[in-house]
Amino acid sequence: MAMSPPSNRLWWKEPIARVELIWILIAFVWGLVMFFMMIYWHGAGQQNLSNEAYKITPEAFAEKAQAMTAKYTVREEAGFPVVSPPPGSDVYLIARLWQWWPILELKKDQSYRMHLSSMDWQHGFSLQPTNMNLSVHPGYELVTQMTPNASGEFSVVCNEFCGIGHHTMVGKIYVKE
Amino acid sequence: MANSEEFRTCPATGLRVHLQADSLIKANAVVAVVFLLIGGLFGLLVALTRWPAVHILPADWFYLALTAHGFDVLLVWIIFFEMAVLHFASAVLLGSRVATPRVAWAGFALMLVGALMANVAVLQGDSSVMFTSYVPMKAEPHFYLGVILFAVGALLQVGVFFGTLVVAKAEKTYEGSIPLVTFGALTAAIIAVFTIASGAIILIPTLLWSLGFISHIDPLVYKTIWWAMGHSSQQINVAAHVSIWYLVAAVVLGAKPLSEKVSRMAFLMYILFLQLASAHHLLAEPGISSEWKIFNTSYAMYLAVLGSMIHGLTVPGSIEAAQRAKGFTNGLFEWLRKAPWGNPAFSGVFLSLLLFGFLGGISGVVMGVEQINLIMHNTLYVPGHFHATVVAGTTLTFMAVTYLLVPLIFQREIIWPKVAQWQPYVFAIGVAGISVFMMGAGTLGVSRRHWDMTFADSALQFDYPAAAFLMMGLNGLSAILAAVGGVMYIAVVVASLLFGKRTSSEPAAVAESTSPDAAAVGEYGSARDVQIPGTAVLAGVFLTAFVLYYFVNWKYLSEIWPLG
Repeated sequence: MAMSPPSNRLWWKEPIARVELIWILIAFVWGLVMFFMMIYWHGAGQQNLSNEAYKITPEAFAEKAQAMTAKYTVREEAGFPVVSPPPGSDVYLIARLWQWWPILELKKDQSYRMHLSSMDWQHGFSLQPTNMNLSVHPGYELVTQMTPNASGEFSVVCNEFCGIGHHTMVGKIYVKE
Repeated sequence: MANSEEFRTCPATGLRVHLQADSLIKANAVVAVVFLLIGGLFGLLVALTRWPAVHILPADWFYLALTAHGFDVLLVWIIFFEMAVLHFASAVLLGSRVATPRVAWAGFALMLVGALMANVAVLQGDSSVMFTSYVPMKAEPHFYLGVILFAVGALLQVGVFFGTLVVAKAEKTYEGSIPLVTFGALTAAIIAVFTIASGAIILIPTLLWSLGFISHIDPLVYKTIWWAMGHSSQQINVAAHVSIWYLVAAVVLGAKPLSEKVSRMAFLMYILFLQLASAHHLLAEPGISSEWKIFNTSYAMYLAVLGSMIHGLTVPGSIEAAQRAKGFTNGLFEWLRKAPWGNPAFSGVFLSLLLFGFLGGISGVVMGVEQINLIMHNTLYVPGHFHATVVAGTTLTFMAVTYLLVPLIFQREIIWPKVAQWQPYVFAIGVAGISVFMMGAGTLGVSRRHWDMTFADSALQFDYPAAAFLMMGLNGLSAILAAVGGVMYIAVVVASLLFGKRTSSEPAAVAESTSPDAAAVGEYGSARDVQIPGTAVLAGVFLTAFVLYYFVNWKYLSEIWPLG
């Protein structure tokens, strides 16, 4: 029994039942399918997190975000500048206690180089209602291409716990036709 | 050398039990259950707060309760109980003395001091940093110190486990190879060493940082090493509770592993590959390459998943073989229908096996796909998944084996057998609900570790769909049910320890199947080419569900914004 030493001292020489062998083979092949599916998606799929990231200080990142905001602000909303950068350009989104700054206005089916970094603690970029989730670290700048594929009003919820105001940290991204 | 007076002979099983092992198992198990009660109550408060219609705690208390819940149940309850399992699987199953009881007691004391210290730090209110304590968010120094002391204590007890194996071998208390259950426990212990070492590597600098001796800890480095502890500690649980599945099948039904070789190979795969899974927590991070993510998140081509899928066949397979040998051979499932569903040790283990596989296993693999993680990372899907693995898997299994430990080790009869009989079902249904509804809410985008899904205090507004609110309400109801199941467990155990009749020398109900002639099958489970068609069908259903759910989530992923 499983709670006593194997009755056959040469247990490693026992034959393996056919049903076990077949199951091991099926499970192994299924594992290979799942493994190569991830690699396949890097070629064929459109949703792959980029490998582009840089070390950066919060001050340097804030400077770049402010430069973009100064150049492309189109209006104000709830105390936030609403920024409409041209398609294909570099877009900066600051995560800090407890806001996403600024509000972005993007165009549908156009690609942007999105830059994400935190000024203080870790934050989580959770785009809703699309439900796309990325981690945002202080000291690291993630650069990833994003292509909004639907128009409307999107929210950025923080989904990495960041202190007592965490649940108030909501940002906005508008996508226009 | 062992003194024979330090042993007793278990009347039910005939095992020689070292009295020190007895005491160590009792102490670790009792403290474990106390922390299950505390951590479970915090968990109930968390679930009731996340139920928008109830929203019971204010924000600061919610984050405090969530930190305490994670620490007390995920770490303290489970690791203390695992220490009891290790002493049982070494000293008791091998009929050996405990190698160095004093060191084991020192370890136990350190764990207790550490657990209390970290709890005090959390309750003081300035260490609501969550179980993960991601830097640069800072807790009080005694929070980190408490965790470190707890880990060092655990390491000492794990060391005693290794020592006991050496002593048993040297003093020839058993013949041949160690039992499969001990082998599984050894797997858990080896993973524990890796886990605790990783924890020390990152938490000792973090303690120094919180004391002001170190100026900066890189958040990405912290997260990478912390999860080498955080995820691996869950792999200790998997190895431990799978060992108990084999143990309970053996004790209750006299089941033998279909093949010692296959089951041990599956455990060996855990040692070799499970640790890579810390990558599951780093899939949405910047600055880590896709190659690294793909290799590690898949445990090098899913070899640890292979281990679990093997246990998923061989545990029910060994049960089926034992039942068929007893004559339950009609149709595909007579062996299962006529299984001892009224025995809480058996029902708890079988429910745990089903929920761990179907809910926890499948969701874990799907969530761990590099790209699919994008639609689940840090949503409630994550706690939905790990409540199926850690609560339905580990905690329910530990509860089930308690119904054997109380008569065997504490030598008390279970009082209120009816309550004990229902307890695994109540708890399992509650936990299954918690898991399913949190996964549902997570699929709808609801964030984990979040006090207010209505965003009432935010400058900018967002509304989750109404279905998400329904999910959180159902999650709250399920949490209440699970809490009832938890209280039933604690009440039965505590009452049995205090007021249960001392077990007499008359063999208990569990004993009949453990005596050699009742051992239903031959030398090994599949010795007579035993057919296990029922288990094969169950495995087929599992694989079908797995494949469908896997590809459905690729479909969901393909609908989000293109990234690159």
